[in-house]
Amino acid sequence: MICRFNSLIVNIGCRIIVPFIFIYGLYVIVFGHYSAGGGFQGGIILAAGVILMRLCVDRKTTYKKYPPRMGLILGAIGVIIYASTGIVTMLAGGNYLDYAFLPIQGMDIPDRRYYGILIVELGVALGVFGVMTSIFDSLTKEK
Amino acid sequence: MKWLSIILVGIFAAFLFYAEVDMPAYGDPEAPGSVHVSPEYIERTYEDTHTPNIVTSVLADYRGFDTLGETTVIFTAGLACYLLLGGWKRHDM
Amino acid sequence: MLESILENYPYYLSTVLLAIGLWGMLAKRNLMKKLIGMTIFQVSIILLFISSSAKIGGTFPALLSQSGTPEPALYVNPLPHVLMLTAIVVMVATSGVALAILLTIYRRYHTLDETELLKRLQE
Repeated sequence: MICRFNSLIVNIGCRIIVPFIFIYGLYVIVFGHYSAGGGFQGGIILAAGVILMRLCVDRKTTYKKYPPRMGLILGAIGVIIYASTGIVTMLAGGNYLDYAFLPIQGMDIPDRRYYGILIVELGVALGVFGVMTSIFDSLTKEK
Repeated sequence: MKWLSIILVGIFAAFLFYAEVDMPAYGDPEAPGSVHVSPEYIERTYEDTHTPNIVTSVLADYRGFDTLGETTVIFTAGLACYLLLGGWKRHDM
Repeated sequence: MLESILENYPYYLSTVLLAIGLWGMLAKRNLMKKLIGMTIFQVSIILLFISSSAKIGGTFPALLSQSGTPEPALYVNPLPHVLMLTAIVVMVATSGVALAILLTIYRRYHTLDETELLKRLQE
């Protein structure tokens, strides 16, 4: 299914658009605190950028840039970031996933919960990004 | 088979229509879903966590354990796809 | 009953979508069409929950000003939005695994039609 699209316009257009898709995905993740967005939405947008590259440029180039085995590894790292935030708060004396006990210096409790939510949303975005690219690479792999 | 399935789906939809007569009015601020817990979430989300977005703070702080389970679900789905369709060979990577 | 349909029309529309998706899962013979029926079914449930969280004169649940206590009648109920984020991710996960299963079936038996597949399974 992934073969080189025989059109110059598609190739050049894809190369121009994809950096903007990545920056927009990162914007949606980080601005989840202030307007609509968050971890799931931003992770899917980042995966859409990688999938657009896979569809428009031929297989060898994109597999060198982002190898297919990295998908599940990044997904697992995202889940580990989320779970270990809970274990860190448990080691510091509170309940599991109680962000008021995070060991960050010099902040009062609402700011600690703010940064706890940010770390957790980054973990979720990484997990969703890795799993979406891994599903796409499994479905379009050569036999 | 097609006529039987149309009749069954029609009976099921008729039961659902009969049950939906008792639903609260669309857009009612005093509907039972918006009265018990969610005014508390709306009022206390800025003083507990300095986050203006109520959906993110409920998803990641007040109900953070459900989001952990959901991330595990999506990771399990990716793992199942990998195991069903086979790994990647050396020359693919 | 008729004035109930005219007042609460989103619930009835999502029930019609549910019936369409359920009929597609039961009556079609191709496995890919059954999968599309399942997606329509899941989308109708998401629409039902989100439309039950509306309030007249309310806006998206993100605080407009960061001072003073916010009033709950200005913002739409945020809880069904949160639950439906989880439901959307579950929908994507089941679609991915179902497509992987369909690909394995096609590579092994070279057909996706239900009656044809049952014949080839028994040989």
